[in-house]
Amino acid sequence: MDMKANKKLGLKERYAAMTRGLDWETSYQPMDEVYPYDKFEGIKIHDWDKWEDPFRLTMDAYWKYQAEKERKLYAILDAFNQNNGHLGVTDARYINALKLFMTGVSPLEYMAHRGFAHVGRQFRGAGARVACQMQSLDEIRHAQTQIHSLSNYNKYYNGLHDWRHMHDRVWYLSVPKSFFEDAYTAGPFEFMVAIGFSFEYVLTNLLFVPFVSGAAYNGDMGAMAFGFSAQSDEARHMTLGLEMIKFMLEQDPDNLPIVQRWIDKWTWRGVRMLTLVAMMMDYTLPKRVMSWKEAWEVYFEEAGGALFKDLARYGITVPKCVEQANADKDHLSHQAWATFYQYGAAADFHTWMPEPDELDWLSQKYPDTFDKYYRPRFEYWAKEAKEGRRFYNKSLPMLCQCCQIPMLFTEPGDPTKICYRESDFQGEKYHFCSDHCKDIFDHEPEKYVHAWMPVHQIYQGNCFEPDADPTKEGFDPLGEVLRYYHLNVGRDNFDFEGSEDQKNFAAWRKQTTTNT
Amino acid sequence: MSVVAIKPYPVLPRDGVDKFHGAQLLYIGWEDHLMFCAPLAFPFPPQMRFGDVVEQVLPGSYGVHPDWAKIDWSAVQWFKSGQPWTPDFNKSLADNGLKHKDVLRFRTPGLTGIAGSFS
Repeated sequence: MDMKANKKLGLKERYAAMTRGLDWETSYQPMDEVYPYDKFEGIKIHDWDKWEDPFRLTMDAYWKYQAEKERKLYAILDAFNQNNGHLGVTDARYINALKLFMTGVSPLEYMAHRGFAHVGRQFRGAGARVACQMQSLDEIRHAQTQIHSLSNYNKYYNGLHDWRHMHDRVWYLSVPKSFFEDAYTAGPFEFMVAIGFSFEYVLTNLLFVPFVSGAAYNGDMGAMAFGFSAQSDEARHMTLGLEMIKFMLEQDPDNLPIVQRWIDKWTWRGVRMLTLVAMMMDYTLPKRVMSWKEAWEVYFEEAGGALFKDLARYGITVPKCVEQANADKDHLSHQAWATFYQYGAAADFHTWMPEPDELDWLSQKYPDTFDKYYRPRFEYWAKEAKEGRRFYNKSLPMLCQCCQIPMLFTEPGDPTKICYRESDFQGEKYHFCSDHCKDIFDHEPEKYVHAWMPVHQIYQGNCFEPDADPTKEGFDPLGEVLRYYHLNVGRDNFDFEGSEDQKNFAAWRKQTTTNT
Repeated sequence: MSVVAIKPYPVLPRDGVDKFHGAQLLYIGWEDHLMFCAPLAFPFPPQMRFGDVVEQVLPGSYGVHPDWAKIDWSAVQWFKSGQPWTPDFNKSLADNGLKHKDVLRFRTPGLTGIAGSFS
């Protein structure tokens, strides 16, 4: 008797079987109790079968594709590590960008993994659930590859030793942390706009393309390898976020104002968080690939502009914050670097004043603003440092209640004035860095009054180790806060000039090129 | 507007004045001097004399700036939440009407920072 083999299913058929054929309407329990989270935000979905996953990935295809990338990535990492690749970077100052990345970005990859695992359970439509589960796996892979890549630097340089602990405590890390917590404490649809759309388009596009090109340009094959390995997933993530937005808008006209508000909110939240990336681009890459302003123009104004044009046919308008964000490109990196420079005693990475040729580069890239507003300040600081009076700001800054960044941003149109905004809620004042952060608060004040504001937490006495005794004579509150951060004073912090990293890098590199 | 939530949402502000061990927060910014990147946040007892803030505390924060020594305090303009405001140096913060999380700015006419760059 002849065996009759069924024809193997094609990729498209397998995808359909997985995302439609395996799903069912529950009968023992009402669907609303099985999927309790996908209605309260007010988004109306009438037919989940209309969901089209733009990639139609099945698990076996996903596995094969990712395994291939992992093999390449770890081969590059091994070679980089065995060849002491860390000594091949342009300058030890560069490594401080990696410290920021490790403490500020990699924990977000893990949080994205958790967030997508959550929404990958909560959507009623199996197609969206499967796509989110795949992204959840991508995100934990990104967290792992970044940790593995950067662990090699931790063997040689300071400040990378306790990034997970720091992420939950150190003042400036509350900016990325609270961004993500805002997203994953929202409902699943808002999470998709926050992370699937805004975070992927606004943030990772600028972080993984121009910044990672910068890493490659500065000789860091390790960061380049994980960056490009992640970026090939990011393209898929962006498409997923966009698909979710289009799906919501196609399902019901009532969804439009809700989605528009989320796009407005999360574009601004993303823009504010890019403050850190702006300064990485312009100040921590010794060999520069492009200025922050140029990166912004290519990856936000052009790419983002095309995106909003695409969404216009659904009735989505360009968020009103975009105008301010575009104007800020001339100031952002300088204002951010000035902040970290003066609060450099409380950070786990080093700061410095740019060399004269670097100042010239900044003048050339920022002809309208750098010489007028920032260069005099930086030259003054450089001179002070040279004379033994390196400037540190010894008082804690006021923070924005929404983005949690120190109130360092200037009024739109007047770079000489700090921008102050405030709201009253239930008898208490709340302060903001901008109209857009204030709008976000005013829409949901109940949420943001719970913000864990690092400066206020320090003053409430919540940032000390359990054995600290504020009643003891000679108690040093700021020293105790740094101990709570697990920051090694004198090794991780202060100026790059005179740091252990600087000395070690110079000595090790000398060993590789001379006989002494 | 109010928060979109799946069930009743308790509101427990994290920074109420009761949490600061008898102090209240006061934010202070020096206009036209962005060498200090942001306004500063201080916990002060409400009974503290306003003049002591200016005379005892602010020099430790701002004194390193070359303009600090040149300030003519009789000409300084004060703003509270952006509105012109006149402090009484000999009264306490509370008697000056300052409440928890109030924000003050002071402008020092004629002084525009490092090389006139508002730094």
